[in-house]
Amino acid sequence: MVPIGHYVFLSVALLAIGIVGVVTRRNVIIILMSIELILNAVNINLVAFSRLVGSVEGQIFAIFIITDAAAEAAVGLGIIIAFFRNRETVLADEMDILKW
Amino acid sequence: MLFNEVMFYVFGVMAVVSAILVVTRRNAVQSAIFLVTALLATAGIFLNLNAEFLFIVQVILYAGGIMVLFVFVIMLVNLDVALHQVQFNRQWFVALIISAVLAAQVVAAIAVSRHTLYTLAPAAPETLEPNTERVAFYLFHTYMLPFELASILLLVAMVGAVVMAKKRV
Amino acid sequence: MNAIIPYIWPVVFALVIVAVLPLIAGYIVLVERKVMADMQVRLGPMRVGPHGLLQPIADAVKLLLKEDIIPESADRLVFWGAPLISVTAAMLALAALPIGPFFQIADLNIGLLYILGVSSLGIFGIVLGGWASNSHYSLLGALRSAAQLVSYETSAGMAIVGALLLAGTLSTRGIVQAQSDIGVWFIFAAPIGFFIYLVASIAETNRAPFDMPEAESELVAGYMTEYSGFRWALYFLAEYTNMVVVASIAATLFLGGWMRPFANTRLFNFLDYFPLLLMLWIAGYCFRRTPKQPVPVQKMFMAAVGLLCLVLAAVFTIPVIAPAGSLLAAAKPGIHGAFWFLFKVAAYIYVFMWLRFTFPRYRFDQLMRLGWQFLVPLSIVNVMSIGISLTLHRQLNWPNLVAFPVGIAITLAAGAYLLATGEKHEQTRVGEDENAEVDSREEETPVNAV
Repeated sequence: MVPIGHYVFLSVALLAIGIVGVVTRRNVIIILMSIELILNAVNINLVAFSRLVGSVEGQIFAIFIITDAAAEAAVGLGIIIAFFRNRETVLADEMDILKW
Repeated sequence: MLFNEVMFYVFGVMAVVSAILVVTRRNAVQSAIFLVTALLATAGIFLNLNAEFLFIVQVILYAGGIMVLFVFVIMLVNLDVALHQVQFNRQWFVALIISAVLAAQVVAAIAVSRHTLYTLAPAAPETLEPNTERVAFYLFHTYMLPFELASILLLVAMVGAVVMAKKRV
Repeated sequence: MNAIIPYIWPVVFALVIVAVLPLIAGYIVLVERKVMADMQVRLGPMRVGPHGLLQPIADAVKLLLKEDIIPESADRLVFWGAPLISVTAAMLALAALPIGPFFQIADLNIGLLYILGVSSLGIFGIVLGGWASNSHYSLLGALRSAAQLVSYETSAGMAIVGALLLAGTLSTRGIVQAQSDIGVWFIFAAPIGFFIYLVASIAETNRAPFDMPEAESELVAGYMTEYSGFRWALYFLAEYTNMVVVASIAATLFLGGWMRPFANTRLFNFLDYFPLLLMLWIAGYCFRRTPKQPVPVQKMFMAAVGLLCLVLAAVFTIPVIAPAGSLLAAAKPGIHGAFWFLFKVAAYIYVFMWLRFTFPRYRFDQLMRLGWQFLVPLSIVNVMSIGISLTLHRQLNWPNLVAFPVGIAITLAAGAYLLATGEKHEQTRVGEDENAEVDSREEETPVNAV
C-alpha cells in the first residue's frame, strides 16, 4: 500500500478543487457536481484509513455518504428543474428572490 | 505490489485532472463527463484498497445512477444561452482564502505527524476479506439503525424530488 | 516471471472474446433476419454465400467502407467518443461470465454486481451520442433511452437480488454451483423473478416491443440518427453484445449456467449425446442442400460447413465415449459446459427475436407505467416471498417442494392484485378529460425518470 499520506493529499486536492468549484461557478448544476467531488474526496480518506487499520467500518461510512449523495442529487436536481421551469435560468446569482 | 502502487498514482492523477476539468469546463455536459471519469478513477482507487464492494457501489450508484440523473437534467434544462453567459462569479479570492487555509492545515498536519504519516504499516489485506460479507455484517448488524435511517432519508428524498419536479402538485 | 503466469490464460481468453465477438454479433444479425423471414414466410438473405451465410461479412465490409460523417454543429469530441463508451462497457461485462467451468476470464467475488455495474455504464454512450449529434430526433431518443434504462434497471436488479438470495453468493461460478447443490435451476424456484428479468432485459437492450429510443416510425433511428458507417456499426455491436450479456446473465442465474438439464440424474445421461445429434442434424441438412447450390464455389462452401459440423460432433462425442479417467474424458465438463451455456444463451436470444416479431410497440407512457407500477412492486414482492420461502425451508425445515410454491403463490397473488388495480386505474384515467390527460402525460415522463 502507498503511504497513507499520499491518500490524504489526494483527498485534500479533490476537496480543494470541489470547494473552488462551489464558490466560483455560477451554474447550479456544476455547483452540485462540485459537491459530489467533495463527498468523493471524503470517501477516499475513509476507505484509505479503513484499509490502514484493517476494519471495514470506514467503508460502511463511505456507503452512507454515497446514499446521502444520491438523496442530495435527487432533491437538488428536482429543485433545479422546478426553478428552471419558473425562471428559465440555472445561474445561482440570478436566484435572488424568495417568492414569485 | 509495485503494480498496485503504480495504479494508485495513475488513478490519482486521473482523478485530480478530471476534477480540475469538471470545475473549469464551460459546457455542463462536458463537466459531467469528466466528473464520471473522476468518479471511476476513485472507484479504481477503492479497488486498489481491497474495497471491492465499495468499488462496485461507486460504479453502479455514482457513475451509473447519479451521473445519469445529472446528464438527464442537464439535457432537460440545456440552454444555448447559458453557454454564452459568464461562467464564473467574482469570488476568486474567497476560493483562494479557503484553499490557502486548507493548504496551511495540510502543512500543519505534516509538521505534526511527519514521523507516522509515511511509516505507518497497513494492516494485512486478509483483515478485509471476504469484503462483501464483512460489509454486509456491519451494515445489518452493528449499523442497523443508521441503515434504516438512510432508507428513510432516501424515501424522503424520493418524495421530495417528485413533488419538486411536478408542475401541479 | 512467476508473477505473469496466472495472467496468461485470462489475457488469451479476453483476446479471443474481443476478436470473435464482432463476428458473433454479425451472425446474430443474420439469424435475426432469417428468423424474421421465417416468421413472415420469406427466405431472408440468400445471395451472399449459400443461404446468405456470408451476408454478415458483406455487411461489415460495406459499413467499414462507408464515409464517416460528423455533423457540422455536433460536439466533435463527444460525438467521436460516445460509441466507444457503449462498446467498451458492453465488452467489459463479458469478463466475468462463466462459459463452462473452465472458460472464464476472471471469477470475481463480486462477479454479478460487476456485470451489472459495468453494463450500466453503456447508457452514457447512448445519452452522450444523442446529445452530441445536436439533432432533435437524437436528443429525444437519448432522453427516452436514459429514462427507460434507469427505470428498468431497478426491476432487473430486484429480480437478480431474488436469485442471489437463493444462491447466497455473488460469484458467477458460485451461483451455478449453488444451483447444482440445490438440485434445481433457479427458474423453477423463482419463475416470477425470471419473468421480470426477461421483460426488463428486453427493455434494457432497447429491443422491440420496448424499442422506443430508436423507434423507426417515430424518431428515424433515435440516438443513432446522425451516425453512419463505422460508428454506427459500433453502436450496433454494443447493442448485440448487450444482448449476449443479458442472455448470459439469465443463463447463469436462472437457467443453470453450464449444466446440462438434469445434470445430477444418471437416468438422463443420454442427454450427453444431444450435442452430437444436433451437429449431425445440421451437417445432414448441409449435405442435402449441397447439390442444389447454383455455383460450384457455393457447393464447396456448403460442404465445408457440413464438414465443420461433423468435426464439432466428433469433438462433442469423444469425451463421452473415452474411457473414464483419461485426459479426454477430463475435458468433458469444459467442452459440454461451453456447449450448454452457449445453447441456453442462443435460446434466450431466440426468445428475444420471437417477441420482437410478435408484439407491437408500446407507447412511452405505457412503458413507464408497466415499469414503475407493475414490475417494480412485483419484483419487491418477489424478493420478499423468496425470503419467506428460504426462511420456511432453512429455519423451519419445510421441504423444498412445499416452501418454494408458497413463495411463488404469494408473488402470483400480488401480481394478480397489481394487474386488477392497474386496469381499474387505467379505466378511470381514460374517463378523465382527454386534453388534460395528454397534457399531464407529457410532463410526467421526465418526473418518472427522476
